[in-house]
Amino acid sequence: MEKKRVKINNVSLLIAVVLLVVMYIAGANIYERFGSVSTILNLFNDNAYLIVVSVGMTFVLLTGGIDISVASTLAFSGVFSAFLLEKGWSAGVVIPLVLLIGAFVGYMQGYVIHTFDIAPFLVTLAGQFLMRGMCAVISTVSIPINNGFYKAVALGKISFTLKSGGRPKLYYYVLVAVFVVLAAWYVLKYTRFGRAVYAVGSNEQSAQYMGLNVKLVKIGVYAINGFCAALGGVLFSFYTLAGYSLQNMGLELDAISSAVIGGTLLTGGVGTVIGSLVGVLIQGIIQTIVTYQNLNTWWTKVTFAGILCFFILVQKMAAVRAEKQKEA
Amino acid sequence: MGQDNLLVMEEIKKEFPGVVALNNVRFFLRAGEVHALLGENGAGKSTLIKVLTGVEHMDSGTVMMDGSVISIKSPLEAQKHGISTVYQEVNLCPHLSVAENIYVGREPLKFGRIDWKEIIQRAKELLKQFDLDIDVTKKLDNYSVAVQQMIAIARAVDVKAKILILDEPTSSLSNTEVDKLFRIMRMLKKQGMGIVFVTHFLEQVYEITDRITVLRNGEYVGTYDTDKLPRVELIGKMIGKEYEELADVSRSAVQAGTGEEYLRLEDAGSADIAHISLQFKKGEVTGFSGLLGSGRSEIARLLFGADKKTSGKTFIKGREVHIADPLDAIRNDIAFCSENRKKEGIIGDLTIRENIIIALQAKRGLGKAIRYNEAQKIAEKFIEELAIKTPSTDQKIKNLSGGNQQKVLLARWLATNPELLILDEPTRGIDIGAKAEIQKIVTRLAKEGMSCVFISSEMEEMLRCCSKMYVLRDKEIVAELAGEEIKEARIMEHIAGKEVEA
Amino acid sequence: MNKLKSRMEFRPLVSLIIILLVCGIFSGGSFFEISVVEGHLYGRLIDILRNGSRYMILAIGMSMVLATGGTDISVGSVMAISGALACSIVDQRILAMLHGNVFAAVGIALLAGALCGAWNGFLVAKLKVQPIVATMILMTAGRGIAQLIADGKIVTITSDSYYYISGGYVLGLPFPLFIAAFMLIFAVLITKKTAFGLAVESIGVNADSARLSGIKVERNLWMIYIFCGVCAAIAGLIESAGIKGADCNNCGLMIEMDGILAVAIGGTSLSGGRFSLIASIIGALVVQTITTMILAFGVAPEVIRVFKALIVIVICLAQSPAFVAKLKNAFGKKKVVA
Repeated sequence: MEKKRVKINNVSLLIAVVLLVVMYIAGANIYERFGSVSTILNLFNDNAYLIVVSVGMTFVLLTGGIDISVASTLAFSGVFSAFLLEKGWSAGVVIPLVLLIGAFVGYMQGYVIHTFDIAPFLVTLAGQFLMRGMCAVISTVSIPINNGFYKAVALGKISFTLKSGGRPKLYYYVLVAVFVVLAAWYVLKYTRFGRAVYAVGSNEQSAQYMGLNVKLVKIGVYAINGFCAALGGVLFSFYTLAGYSLQNMGLELDAISSAVIGGTLLTGGVGTVIGSLVGVLIQGIIQTIVTYQNLNTWWTKVTFAGILCFFILVQKMAAVRAEKQKEA
Repeated sequence: MGQDNLLVMEEIKKEFPGVVALNNVRFFLRAGEVHALLGENGAGKSTLIKVLTGVEHMDSGTVMMDGSVISIKSPLEAQKHGISTVYQEVNLCPHLSVAENIYVGREPLKFGRIDWKEIIQRAKELLKQFDLDIDVTKKLDNYSVAVQQMIAIARAVDVKAKILILDEPTSSLSNTEVDKLFRIMRMLKKQGMGIVFVTHFLEQVYEITDRITVLRNGEYVGTYDTDKLPRVELIGKMIGKEYEELADVSRSAVQAGTGEEYLRLEDAGSADIAHISLQFKKGEVTGFSGLLGSGRSEIARLLFGADKKTSGKTFIKGREVHIADPLDAIRNDIAFCSENRKKEGIIGDLTIRENIIIALQAKRGLGKAIRYNEAQKIAEKFIEELAIKTPSTDQKIKNLSGGNQQKVLLARWLATNPELLILDEPTRGIDIGAKAEIQKIVTRLAKEGMSCVFISSEMEEMLRCCSKMYVLRDKEIVAELAGEEIKEARIMEHIAGKEVEA
Repeated sequence: MNKLKSRMEFRPLVSLIIILLVCGIFSGGSFFEISVVEGHLYGRLIDILRNGSRYMILAIGMSMVLATGGTDISVGSVMAISGALACSIVDQRILAMLHGNVFAAVGIALLAGALCGAWNGFLVAKLKVQPIVATMILMTAGRGIAQLIADGKIVTITSDSYYYISGGYVLGLPFPLFIAAFMLIFAVLITKKTAFGLAVESIGVNADSARLSGIKVERNLWMIYIFCGVCAAIAGLIESAGIKGADCNNCGLMIEMDGILAVAIGGTSLSGGRFSLIASIIGALVVQTITTMILAFGVAPEVIRVFKALIVIVICLAQSPAFVAKLKNAFGKKKVVA
């Protein structure tokens, strides 16, 4: 039986959860209607795509890698599906196709990173430009989506009626994001592949000496990440019903920070997807507060970057403390 | 070559840039034996093991198991062939739990998912065999290196391999832990496993092994039955005919210091070590002996400011100084060659010239670059003085052989004109000729009045060079020996922690 | 001849010449035409020099950062901050007591660039955050900060002395070219006359060894990131002077790739080590020439990114020993078959 114990690496996640709760309570006290169920459900409605992207990013970060091409991959899958749908392709073909492309782009990046031993940030930086450029090749203007299936999914929702009078709703596509989180959690906890991801991130050489298939893991996580980014793109196009080449610039930082805030170490080996989910929700709540406060939306980015710095500091301090404890 | 050979390695060749690591090496392992693989540092033991475990790829040769040729391209394949390995440095994952470290990659499954209960249960039972009663759900890095090493051994044993390779597994273990390990090795031997045992403790070789294979300078010397090979003969085989060359640096060359103190440490400590007091005299070679992890390197790093000093005082020529980082040490005429030549010594892509002048440049300050002509002169002077083999000063240091790299590093420090020179394992992994030269240089420098600190795992070398010796055990100085007191038996007793009868 | 070939500047120079020749041939010679109007030189080549000066200045800072084995992807955002700050001051939106003094505006913008660099340096050197993540923070937040400075608007200004930064001429040549030359000379002197260059390279090749050899790694990293920030700020001033205003959304957008590309073409290893500032400058000119050429063919500027990404991938592969070994193996095998 696993005992309940606060471990050092969970301190970061603990702080994140406390922060989330504190911000929610503070918001509820300051603003009217903030404290409703709607606010909570809307966090999911508005950030479903980011949840999916962050889950993928968590895999990569766990191995000690990094992928800054996700925003471009997401935009590409949005633009490309909008483009194909406009041409009259059916959604049943388009969605699997863009997911496959996303996974393939991720696979190729992972392949180059692992096989030729090139720094992940360089390869994925090139990937970022490549995919952004490909978006522009297809179209530099926003393409609207009029496909019936997309419209149906975009509007399909579960509504509740509360005694207090509100009518909170949850869109169907959020369920996809929830499913992705659960699936990733299961994979990381209960499959050999998942555990190998942690082992590689913890110490790649050891993992290799222990006979783990490092190549499969390292290429695999980038493929998963590419798939998640493309899926995020599909969810985002449900959300906006359009594909635009400059969509979600800087999303990679949002995904990385969500993971870091949720307790994932940038050096690899430690972290959970549940933590990343918490990270996304924190970001969502900041955005909500910025909206309620009627501030310039750029404040969201600046605040979130500040919070990321804070959590990086927390990680550093936790690492220093761990060293000291080991001595004692 | 009987039919009963479990493993046959023949004509194994492996070259690294500038060095032939293995040249026509043979190795035969029977089922149900413990086979020692011996040789000095740089003899090719670890390369041979890396070839066998798929970490390195041989240039040519054949490997046969159970009579059929196999090719091992990765550790994963080695494991599939039934070869399981424990490396000298713990190769486990610090962030994973103890139980998981034992089972990762081969976790028991239940309905297709990992059965965590089973893992924890099995891990507990397995570690009980090693008398290790620890919380297996805790993360690995909560435990000491010795415990981690036992866990690594437990993992390797549990794989139920045909061949178990133990590469210096005992260097961080205490005597009782070694006994436990030997008990388990005997049990595995009975079950028909072939065990390859690499160590530099000769007593252990005679205690546990059946046969010995000796390598020297990447060449195969021979395979012998342990009980038919006396210890002196074994050492002769390991050292070879170059023995005379080494004997050149005789004990008579060693002299006591002039008596004038150069540096004194009072009750100093860093994150890794505490309460260290010692002193170095001019014109003297002081040795630190002790096992790996006994605190030898930690003291050296503390002296040089490579690790931050957290307590205590440093005095140079009786005056207190503050050394916060390596640059401070350099400015106080201290020099330090790290034991990790690749990671903390050479600057691979830079030229020999730049590698030699960099510390001098730092000592003078970065404000004014040393001119090309001067740098060239300094580099040429040391290339000649230390007999560094290189076509030109423009050669990248990474293209030199290990011994020449080490000499360049020595040149880097001699260029700063130090008064205290600290050498941590300066002869590790270099050929015997270069080794002897470095030993000669050290004794010569001491004669010229420099204070030297010499750290080496090789007792022979320490006995030859040092006129004073601090013996370390468990991060403490347990003895200070000088002159005639420096005898192998005596040092060994201190290292082992036995009471010395006067 | 061999000595010439072994210099880092050789290969980028040859590629620049080849690309220029190709352009010349495709354009039927008009590419090389230079006309003199009112004592100022005009023509494609002059445009390349003028527009390329931003890249050149960025490449100088970026060379040093990459040589330490780091990277700085916040340069675009720093450009936006510096442009927004300078324009807002000139326009007297902020700090009105300066009365829109252009020199003060430029000074404050450069200071802001240095601050941004110091922040990056703090994260990289002090907190040991991976450079890519550390600078990504400023990359995202920086554009936000620029927006907040400019109050979310595109600031247009009227100041001839500010325009001069981009549009001015000295001795018939564009003024930005002189800024670039000044930065180059300054940087070359700093790296060659002092041992700063040796420090940068040793940190990039092996930071642990450098530290044990007495190089103050932290302090040098700070200085390098600060210098890179200042370079970005200068580039931001030139860009905003060029469009006569500050556009926080687009100023220096995705320019970090161009900077890295220029340095890579210049032959600096992207994993750290040897660097040559002059080679990077040539690399910057190559990037600008390619951009100009593709634009001349009527391709959308966004699409150029695809080409640049491909070039970076090719250079990365060429620098990877594993790839070279594989290639050799593949060719070796073919020979055996044949």
